Amino acid sequence: MKIDPIHQFNIEPLFTIGHIGNHTIAFTNSSLYMFLAVAVISILMIGGMAGRQLVPGRLQSIAEISYEFVASTIRSTAGAEGMKFFPLIFSLFMFICISNLIGIIPYTFTVSSHIIVTAALALLVFFTVLIYGLYKNGLKFFKLFVPHGVPIYILPLVMFIEILSFFLRPVSHSVRLFANMLAGHIALKVFAGFVAMLGVSLGAIGWVGGVLPLALTVALTALELLVAFLQAYVFAILTCIYLNDAIHPGH
Amino acid sequence: MAEKSHGTPAKGTGAHTEADGGHGGGFPPFESSTFASQLVSLVIAFVALYVIVSRIALPRVESVIDARQNAIEGDLSAAQKFKDESDAALRAYETELASARTRAQAIGNETREKLNAAAEAERKTLEDQLTAKLADAEKQIAATRETAMSNVRGIAADAAGAIVQRLTGVLPDSKAVSKAVDASLKG
Repeated sequence: MKIDPIHQFNIEPLFTIGHIGNHTIAFTNSSLYMFLAVAVISILMIGGMAGRQLVPGRLQSIAEISYEFVASTIRSTAGAEGMKFFPLIFSLFMFICISNLIGIIPYTFTVSSHIIVTAALALLVFFTVLIYGLYKNGLKFFKLFVPHGVPIYILPLVMFIEILSFFLRPVSHSVRLFANMLAGHIALKVFAGFVAMLGVSLGAIGWVGGVLPLALTVALTALELLVAFLQAYVFAILTCIYLNDAIHPGH
Repeated sequence: MAEKSHGTPAKGTGAHTEADGGHGGGFPPFESSTFASQLVSLVIAFVALYVIVSRIALPRVESVIDARQNAIEGDLSAAQKFKDESDAALRAYETELASARTRAQAIGNETREKLNAAAEAERKTLEDQLTAKLADAEKQIAATRETAMSNVRGIAADAAGAIVQRLTGVLPDSKAVSKAVDASLKG
């Protein structure tokens, strides 16, 4: 039995939607899971709040906790002005979190294990920061690259580093999420594959020996659950921090 | 994996699409032929999510949380109002009780004094009456004694005369007898 940990990341087109230039636009398994995530979030946030109960039930509690969680994250990192971007950050957080959580279920697909998806989201944040920062602060936005209290003779160097780090933000922002999801799912698949491989190649002894990788797979699944949530949180909080630069550039 | 050729341009111009022809031929996340499809889906899904979240979901959650906050604040202020009311009622009760107590004490004192005065007056009239009666009785006793005394003298004189007649056979002079009786009574 051959372990193929990469197979789970394949994009399988389900049907073709149309063509843009030379590209065929297909509805793929990735699209399916994107819309599934959107549907789950909608059911959670709208269905859960349908009761509008004063004392919330389970689903309403989850909806309210997600709301409060994202809202408090924004308030603590970007201040009250950051609440302008509440829908954006909430959408990002919930989209990544829910699609990651769905991706842990065996035989499903993880949307954020593709660099193009995470890069698109990171660039969305990057351009939101850049455009809003310039729109709100004008040229003062570039004070972001000139930190206070830096001696004049090393200022050019510091500015160079600041500008470089600013433009590398979308790279680190997207690669962090992509690499975490990719590596986690590969590790899970490899360890799960060991169980079957041992059983097939060594017979009874193999099945007994397979307990170890099975236990590791269980532990890794728990870890992946944590990572799925944590990476969504990290993505959201970095978005808040970047937006804070756009709101208050002269830090 | 024949359907994987969806990334192959229709006009066959892209050279890079050769690599993703078969399964395991490339690393899926870096297969650029799938990027367009994913981006289009992502844009549609994310815009839909953004609209749903910003137009429907978040305002709803916010209104529910606000309503709860208002309900809690309303309940708390109502409870505070009731507590204030009960405190005021307690204070009113206490002042009322204190004034009633002083009033009751005053009424008690007044009544006691009135009753004392009445009893005193009654005692005095009774005493006066008794004194008068006592004086009358004493006077009567004195009068009765006087009469009794005078009767005793007459009886004694008669008896003395009779005794003298029996002894001597001679009726004594009544004047001398009464004189002797008087002397004897005095002695």
